[in-house]
Amino acid sequence: MAKISGTVEFRIEECKGCELCVEACPPGCLAMSFDLNRKGYHYAVLTANTCTGCINCALVCPDAMITVYREVRPTESRRPVAAAPAT
Amino acid sequence: MADILLMKGNEALARAAILAGCDGYFGYPITPQSELLEYMSRELPRAGGVMIQAESELAAINMVYGAAGAGGRVMTSSSSPGISLMQECLSYIASAELPCLVVNVNRGGPGLGTIQPAQGDYFQATRGGGHGDYHLIVLAPASVQEMADFAYLGFDLADKYRNPVMILADGALGQMMEKVTFPDYDPQQHKLPKPWATTGKTPDRERNIITSLHIEPEKMEQINLRLQDKYRRVESEEVRWEEVQTEDADILLVAYGLTARICRKVVELAREAGRQVGLLRPVTLYPFPYKALARLALGVPASGSPGQVRLILTVEMNAGQMVEDVRLAVEGRVPVAFYGRMGGMIPSPEEVFDYLEKQLGAGGAEGGEPAARPLEEVQP
Amino acid sequence: MTVQQTQMKNRHDGPPKEGYELVYERPSTLVDIANRYCPGCGHSVVHRVLMEVVAELDLQSETIGVAPVGCAVFAYDYLDVDMQQAAHGRATAAATGIKRMLPDKYVFTYQGDGDLAAIGTAETIHTANRGENILIIFINNGIYGMTGGQMAPTTILGAQTTTTPEGRQLAQHGNPLNIADMIALLPGVIYVTRQSVHKAANVRKLKKTFIKSFQLQELQRGLCFVEVVSNCPAGWKMTPVESNRWLEEHMLAAYPLGDLKTPPGDVSR
Repeated sequence: MAKISGTVEFRIEECKGCELCVEACPPGCLAMSFDLNRKGYHYAVLTANTCTGCINCALVCPDAMITVYREVRPTESRRPVAAAPAT
Repeated sequence: MADILLMKGNEALARAAILAGCDGYFGYPITPQSELLEYMSRELPRAGGVMIQAESELAAINMVYGAAGAGGRVMTSSSSPGISLMQECLSYIASAELPCLVVNVNRGGPGLGTIQPAQGDYFQATRGGGHGDYHLIVLAPASVQEMADFAYLGFDLADKYRNPVMILADGALGQMMEKVTFPDYDPQQHKLPKPWATTGKTPDRERNIITSLHIEPEKMEQINLRLQDKYRRVESEEVRWEEVQTEDADILLVAYGLTARICRKVVELAREAGRQVGLLRPVTLYPFPYKALARLALGVPASGSPGQVRLILTVEMNAGQMVEDVRLAVEGRVPVAFYGRMGGMIPSPEEVFDYLEKQLGAGGAEGGEPAARPLEEVQP
Repeated sequence: MTVQQTQMKNRHDGPPKEGYELVYERPSTLVDIANRYCPGCGHSVVHRVLMEVVAELDLQSETIGVAPVGCAVFAYDYLDVDMQQAAHGRATAAATGIKRMLPDKYVFTYQGDGDLAAIGTAETIHTANRGENILIIFINNGIYGMTGGQMAPTTILGAQTTTTPEGRQLAQHGNPLNIADMIALLPGVIYVTRQSVHKAANVRKLKKTFIKSFQLQELQRGLCFVEVVSNCPAGWKMTPVESNRWLEEHMLAAYPLGDLKTPPGDVSR
């Protein structure tokens, strides 16, 4: 069964480089940037496509700067069916 | 025609506050004002208001702060040591521009002191009392009727200026019983709308914040300037005082509250002895009637009419507090004598008259009281 | 309720991706400015969680908060609800005044360990004893952050602060004060719980306690007390990640997480 895919957006200018999201991310797909934002902090970046959209990072983020998206999946078990007759 | 009731000062004030539409009373027992608290606990809930006996005066005044910030017409009462506890929050209330009524039934001090009446809290009341540049509007009743009247006036002034108002009474006024009537007063006609109150941020407005913290000095200065503008308006529009037989007086007594009542008798005694004595009774201690006093003492320079007063005697139940405002008013141009009793002792009219006679006669005082300058030293 | 329902307005940096749905964004009840809390500070997490709940329960126009003296004295800059800032220690007295004037509104205090358990102890206990229908949020980080890192009543034994340079000593300073336990003894208090925000799972639990507290306040069941054991990276002189580890290893032994008192009967809607 394919994993649910997710992705995140960071408001990097509000990141204070606390690294709590990196710590909280289960697939470990977050890391701190090499360069600095305007405040002089390393900011969080998505480094791999293993994000599942679990929102752990957003939950622990003190600066509420993370937006999380998750893939919309059709229900796995049903294959597309012909239109059912009207009842 | 209103009913005439015979009531104790503390209770008359409480009753008037309820009739004035008091929404909440938060207080703590302390002699000599506990009757106010007790009256409120019986009657205010019946009238639909909230009454809490708080765990301390600290808690009480902070409940007043919260309730006033939420838009309520609220008050507290205490006596000298309890009022000292309230000073921090009074500074906050003034800075946050919240309306409320605070009653101080002044007792003897300093320290735990005595439960007898005194006027030793004048400085505390009129000079802000807590930290920072602010003022309470201070009303000084001299009768049970005024105890009642000032509840209505106090609430209205508090609302009008968004400022705390203090009724500075004393233990005798709180305990004495006199006739009192209560006016026709519909609180709904007098209560002002409070769009600034924390009643819940509806979508049509920004959130309301009640605070006295303005950490940038530029902002804090602006807040202070706004407060000062307000106090100038209060000083020009809300001064209240009473004059008794001042038209032809060349000797002026200045006293407030209980001592003013005593001085009424002194005026009588002096007049019987052929002196032309009058009395100026400040009713608002802040704003103080500087101009009225100066007019009597120094005349009206513009019209060329000279002052008629050659001696002022300030009588207080403290070591000399209001006398400083009297001296400020006359700018050193008229001698100001002072007679005071402390520690809860109440002067009798006879002893005050006696002292007055000494000032007029010998030109020097016995005992420790600061004496008037000898009349020969009066500057023209 | 899902977190999707926290959205009140669209605030994405870019358009959502094709085939993806939004599952989390910051609540609109959190004012859209950067906060001045230290990096990694628990305060900012709690602010966010509280505002998520206010948004989800649609209580923005019904909620009034009291901000403390302490690091969170500027809470009114971040929480988009009517707020009062109270004198140090007196938040629960101010909250009592507000709630008694406006009994149908939801009133909360947000207090640190100095405000609630030092200078404000009397107000805390008596407000709880009166059973005022309010929510007390108690941020316990065992230190006075705002004033530079002095000892708090809740500082644990051995912890170094600027006024316990040798670490907190039993003989000199007494034990750390467990105020939640004391509060839980009072009959007027209906719900006492101790939570944290150092892990995502704990954040989720905290949110549930806030929701429960607002529900209890609507039912006027008594006072709710939610303690959040939190870090203070700046005061403890650690990185945020280190501070959460230290919290787990040291603070939670003194302040174990969980419910200390729960209301009898079911209160879930």
